[in-house]
Amino acid sequence: MPIENIYAVRGRIFDIQRYSLHDGTGIRTIVFFKGCYLRCRWCCNPESQSYDIQEMTMNGVKKTVGRDVTVEEVMREVRRDLPYYRRSGGGMTLSGGEALSQPDFAEALLRAASGESIHTAIETTGFADKTVLDRVLPYLDQVLMDIKHTNGEKHREFTSRDNGLILDNARYIAERANELIIRVPVIPTFNDTDREIADIARFARSLPNVRRLHLLPYHRLGQDKYAGLSREYGMGELEPPTPEKMRRLLSVAEESGLICRIGG
Amino acid sequence: MAIFSVEKSSRIDRLIAHLYENMPEIEADRAELLTESYRATEHLPIVRRRSAAFRHILENIPIVIRPEELVVGSNSKAPRGCQTFPEYSYEWLEAELDTVHAREADPFYISEETKARLRRVHPYWKGKTTSELATQNMAPEALEVFMNHGVFTVGNYFYNGVGHICVDYPKVIGKGYTAIIEEAREALSNLRIGDGDYVSRRHFLEAVIESCEAVIGYAHRYAELAEKEASSAVGARKEELLRIAANCRRVPEFGARTFYEACQSFWFIQQLLQCESSGHSISPGRFDQYMYPYYKKDLDEGKITREQAQELIDCIWVKLNDLNKVRDAASAEGFAGYGLFQNLIVGGQTADGRDATNDLSYMCLEASSHVHLPQPSLSIRVWNGSPQPLLMKAAEVTREGMGVPAFYNDEVIIPSMMSRGIPLEEARVYCIIGCVEPQVPAKTDGWHDAAFFNMCRPLELVFSEGYDKGKRIGLPTKSVTEMKTFEEFYDAYCAQQEYMIELMVNADNAVDAAHATRCPLPFESCMVESCIARGKSLQEGGAIYNFTGPQGFGIANMTDALIAVRKLVFEDKTVTMQEMKDALSNNFGHGMDEKHLTATTVEIVKALAAQGVSVTDEQIVAIHEEVKKAQSGNANSARHREILSLIEKCPKYGNDDEETDLFAREVAYTYTKPLEHYKNPRGGMFQAGLYPVSANVPLGAETGATPDGRLAWTPIADGVGPASGRDVHGPTATANSVSKLDHGIASNGTLFNQKFHPSALSGKDGLEKFVALIRAFFDQKGMHMQFNVVSREILLDAQAHPENYRQLVVRVAGYSALFTTLSRSLQNDIINRTEQGF
Repeated sequence: MPIENIYAVRGRIFDIQRYSLHDGTGIRTIVFFKGCYLRCRWCCNPESQSYDIQEMTMNGVKKTVGRDVTVEEVMREVRRDLPYYRRSGGGMTLSGGEALSQPDFAEALLRAASGESIHTAIETTGFADKTVLDRVLPYLDQVLMDIKHTNGEKHREFTSRDNGLILDNARYIAERANELIIRVPVIPTFNDTDREIADIARFARSLPNVRRLHLLPYHRLGQDKYAGLSREYGMGELEPPTPEKMRRLLSVAEESGLICRIGG
Repeated sequence: MAIFSVEKSSRIDRLIAHLYENMPEIEADRAELLTESYRATEHLPIVRRRSAAFRHILENIPIVIRPEELVVGSNSKAPRGCQTFPEYSYEWLEAELDTVHAREADPFYISEETKARLRRVHPYWKGKTTSELATQNMAPEALEVFMNHGVFTVGNYFYNGVGHICVDYPKVIGKGYTAIIEEAREALSNLRIGDGDYVSRRHFLEAVIESCEAVIGYAHRYAELAEKEASSAVGARKEELLRIAANCRRVPEFGARTFYEACQSFWFIQQLLQCESSGHSISPGRFDQYMYPYYKKDLDEGKITREQAQELIDCIWVKLNDLNKVRDAASAEGFAGYGLFQNLIVGGQTADGRDATNDLSYMCLEASSHVHLPQPSLSIRVWNGSPQPLLMKAAEVTREGMGVPAFYNDEVIIPSMMSRGIPLEEARVYCIIGCVEPQVPAKTDGWHDAAFFNMCRPLELVFSEGYDKGKRIGLPTKSVTEMKTFEEFYDAYCAQQEYMIELMVNADNAVDAAHATRCPLPFESCMVESCIARGKSLQEGGAIYNFTGPQGFGIANMTDALIAVRKLVFEDKTVTMQEMKDALSNNFGHGMDEKHLTATTVEIVKALAAQGVSVTDEQIVAIHEEVKKAQSGNANSARHREILSLIEKCPKYGNDDEETDLFAREVAYTYTKPLEHYKNPRGGMFQAGLYPVSANVPLGAETGATPDGRLAWTPIADGVGPASGRDVHGPTATANSVSKLDHGIASNGTLFNQKFHPSALSGKDGLEKFVALIRAFFDQKGMHMQFNVVSREILLDAQAHPENYRQLVVRVAGYSALFTTLSRSLQNDIINRTEQGF
């Protein structure tokens, strides 16, 4: 695609968040894509899952979630924090939803940012065709990818999808990406045993060029959004893991030899 | 940077515990001695009376060495006690003697005996104070607005000394007061007796000599006391006291030879400046620079360890909190937290433009972390060459939540000072005075806190055609309902503003002249160039650089207000000007609080009385009920609330919206530019600052509703930041907006508060990103940035259970204070500043 047309490509997002500190290196602006292939029970952005534009009620106020924008419109927001990227090594992060579910838009955005010398990252489930990966990887400085479970059955039960393609893509990305960081949402009742975390860490360690793993403790911040969308919260009254528990899982993960930490 | 993490000596905690055991106390010794001396010197010229009184005080005021102190010298017997300064003003203290212990902001204990002693000396001062002379000096219209309408206040220097200075510490520490006496003697011997100013020069120089001799004598009194205490002490403390005695025999009479002597010498200067006058913001300035040679030499010669040096610095930090000052109840609100604003700055550049960071820069940061007290107001200079480890250390201290250090941008401040005629080499060694005011140390009388100017009030005057409380104080601008264009409205605002600025300048200059006439300060003056050479005090214009810096505040409110009027009234035409005017006077349908209902009733009763109608108590109650009914029964309240919601939807400053932010730049110019045309009596110019200290709360309480949707009597925006809660796009967006203002023209300083949740600074990563945020804001020509890193939950809990948070230090404005000592409304203001969470 000729460069001038990149900026006219349209996509659907539900938010742009500036001054994000935990989604890639430095100070970042996150572009939240609308639409996802997975339906993780703990998802803290349930409004991100459907591609459709929705109504959500928050604090008694109805608001529309989702809007169609051009790459140029997004870049106008992203450019505002250029001085902060430069001083912190930060940049733009695509998140969602699943950014790779809108491949044209994702590619165009990454090409635009990369063409403007803005550091790029993506937070992805890794659930995508390899042809899509081939389109975006050349423009990505950093990939943050979830490995939620090594057991396919359990993965399907909690996320609606098998993990076969994801694990396969993890290796594919690891072989080609500039940098791949593995992230593990630590969800009680799903993957919070020593054994499960150790399995994930061992898998991550087996990937070429992967050096870092982040453990992201489950939190309940998305709970009210389910009510706002008239949906039921799939996690019930489940409590987030305690700091002590997270520290233990951190040491379990560290046994793999990876550089690990709690939080992004 | 492991070497810069030095263990805290256990002595420090004990010094602090002793300091904070009791409520601070007012003492009468200085006032008595001053009055005694003044009574005996009525035949002398004023500057000689000042030095004679200073000597009389220093010869006779009780002195104490507090338990375990290494650096000695206290202006009061009681820890954190204070003396009083009736030569500036006393009526307020006389009136508040019985209430000062119980007031909300900065209470002081005062014994019945002290009250009696003060009551005995106060009558002498009737008609003799600077404040009374200032009142006479003011033009009637300026006096009226200052006294009764609160558009601006010049109360700070009206009631107190001026302070706001960084004297030549390195000169005194290096050569001692003998050198200054020598210099004054030489100047005396060079006087030509035929010169027209022979008389005034001679008196001034003699006053300098007398003051310096008094200080030397005072240090010797301390030497004797230490020797006496040593004779009954045992063990290590005996040795310590003997060393203290030896120090006080040596300094500040002569130059310091060791770091310890330099510390003691520094302290006497710092302490006694605050005994000569009640001016606050006596700022140590670049302590890390002028103390470094002594530290380096001792370290190289093996005379001191880093731990010992740190302990001495920590001791000075504690001592800076031993000094105190009682202000009138209203000023105590504006400067809440017992603040003395002793600003001490580290880092930055040398005169020849190299990075100035040294070990002491780190150790000063470490000291603030060790003592966890409001003083000193620690600051750090940042430039492109600032070493990352220094900024990381500063970020680490910031994370502790005390609101220090404040960050200053050399890349804006140096050119800004040069635009005021200061040469590059001198601008490069600037320090910060008080809250945020840049100054060339040892050469400037900056009058940096000359006034607070509430930029919201001129807009009220536009709506009222110049009337306030039934009296025309402003210009008779056209009725707003007859204005056809926004430009007409905006011009009326500028006109009211410019007129009020002129009145403020008049009031400031009246106060300025009063200080020159009644309170020249020979001791302070002898440490600032070129008072000795010119043979005149600072107050008479003896300094090389003379400024007057009054602060405007309310830029955010006025930006949002003017935009709302432009959009709703003139562009969209969804609200008529009459409706806007009614909505404001009806407080957007939120009515009046009890206090203002009462005030209105009082006004009505007064008006009736003025017409000769006498009113019975029952009638007063009836009138009050009528007032209440009239305002709550306003039939248009629903519409007024609707207007408020329309205003809410208008663009707001602080959200990185280019058009709005550039408009804010223009609004700031309406204050900063007209001010530059005025001169002060010392031969210098006026320069604007843009910050309210904490006056945005008390002066907000006197301001009606504003068209930005701010309800009546609520706080005005603090500093150059957005109005409370209006910034919703995070700290980078807010910082971008703030950087759109022209900070360079506000050469008396700007103030940008940010509040962060501690999680934003967690880990090394968090600190790095925090430093990056500051650097990036400064890349865009921001001038100043300071942070409260404390969670909202903690502040709320501290409000509910103050007993558990006696040591919780927060950033108020250009200074930090103990949270629990602040008034409720100021606490709320801090809690409500937008928290940048993640």
